[in-house]
Amino acid sequence: MRFSHLHELTALCLKEGKPIHQLMAEEQAQESGRTLKQETDKMHSYYLVMKDAVKRGLTRDTLSRSGLTGNDAKRAMALIEVQSSLLGPIAGKALAYALSVSEVNASMGRIIATPTAGSCGVIPGVFLSVQEHFGWSDDRMTEGLFTAGALGYVIANRSFVSGAEGGCQAEIGSAVAMAAGALTELRGGTPEQAVHAVGLALKNSLGLICDPVGGLVEIPCIVRNGFGAVSAITASEMAIAGIRSVIPSDEVIGAMLEVGGGMPDKYRETAKGGLAATPTGTRIMQELYGKGKSSRVKSETETKQPVAGEGDLK
Amino acid sequence: MRFKDVFSIIGPDMIGPSSSHTAGAVRIGLAARQLFGRLPQRAELYLYGSFAETYQGHGTDVALAAGLLGWGTDNERIPEALAAAEELGVELVFIPSQGIVGIDDFDVRFSASFPTMVITHSDRVGMLAEITSCFSQNGVNIGSMDVDRRSRSGEALTVIEADSSFPEELVQAILEIKADLSIRILDLS
Repeated sequence: MRFSHLHELTALCLKEGKPIHQLMAEEQAQESGRTLKQETDKMHSYYLVMKDAVKRGLTRDTLSRSGLTGNDAKRAMALIEVQSSLLGPIAGKALAYALSVSEVNASMGRIIATPTAGSCGVIPGVFLSVQEHFGWSDDRMTEGLFTAGALGYVIANRSFVSGAEGGCQAEIGSAVAMAAGALTELRGGTPEQAVHAVGLALKNSLGLICDPVGGLVEIPCIVRNGFGAVSAITASEMAIAGIRSVIPSDEVIGAMLEVGGGMPDKYRETAKGGLAATPTGTRIMQELYGKGKSSRVKSETETKQPVAGEGDLK
Repeated sequence: MRFKDVFSIIGPDMIGPSSSHTAGAVRIGLAARQLFGRLPQRAELYLYGSFAETYQGHGTDVALAAGLLGWGTDNERIPEALAAAEELGVELVFIPSQGIVGIDDFDVRFSASFPTMVITHSDRVGMLAEITSCFSQNGVNIGSMDVDRRSRSGEALTVIEADSSFPEELVQAILEIKADLSIRILDLS
């Protein structure tokens, strides 16, 4: 790749008169030694897996292997269908779809890690919702994935994209930044605007810890995917409106690296701090691993209500 | 650069819930199967760190089984892999543990992200030069290399990660260097 910083990416786009997605697709073909069509076809097939995951989570049972989460996407979708969603159809569907993919992931269904499995709902959530709204083709959305990939490539190499390394800011935060930048370009924004969307989005998740209950990719990961999808739309709105990230996006990525590096171990996917260490989080952990080797939880909540959503566990 | 291309950011295509503890585990299982050469009748799977603590919730057990069965990270039957292994008469034992072992007790590290050649050979002067010259003659670029040996002039194990897959001529050329040399190939790409 000819770029390792976002400012290099925008400079290349400007110099060669190309959008980010085109530059990334060409760089990718160069790197892999495969043809542009092969790489585009592969990305296209990934988009179809994402679409399928959204549909599955809204139509099938997504109770997770642990029994802790599942079927909340249908609840979010129902709100839109009765037209009482304050978010409106675009952000409202992005929320429901992001939850959907994330629940499919937690229930051992098929997803595309973007950039990780824990954050796999954000980009499909945003992409499918706006695609339906604008009537865009799958080919166009595939281009959007290349844009997201280019932005994620810089973030991953300059900082991190996994909760174990840099906390949830690295995982959900990166996905939100990638989605925000890609949506900005899809809507006709310039590469510079797309990069501002990245900085704006990342600022909002700086410091977010990775504290999964029982170490599982469920609580709070699933709802954070939902929040993330809505945040990505918000960041893109700001960038399209002409709002800029005064701290250059490359420096925001640097800040994420600094914050993540300073995060104690207990906030980096070890299930030893934050929500995982609350009385309820600790009780769930004990029920999961305390007795015998049962891989399913028999919690009080579950016996009361077979389909336990995160909201039910309070 | 730790991440080299767009599909290490968008991807892999996988069964959830965890890139590391599920998809990663499938790849570890696949790597073990390719190194072993066939479906094992019995396997002991040692789980370290967070793998030991959370493997059931992440489906690490079914994922490792799926890899040993030769299934990919996107195989939708992964949740049923333990049952499938049992049907084939494969005995799997999961052992939460500490410490890391290599291959055949050699201390070697590799990522399994690239086509990988595992060569068992005797440790003598010029051996590595001969092996690497076979690579250059066949136009295959070596990305990284790790070597360990039991003792001076004893048995050695060399792991070579390359940028492209290995042509048959290359494998043959290396096998011809010495009769007691053997090769295993690992390719998850």
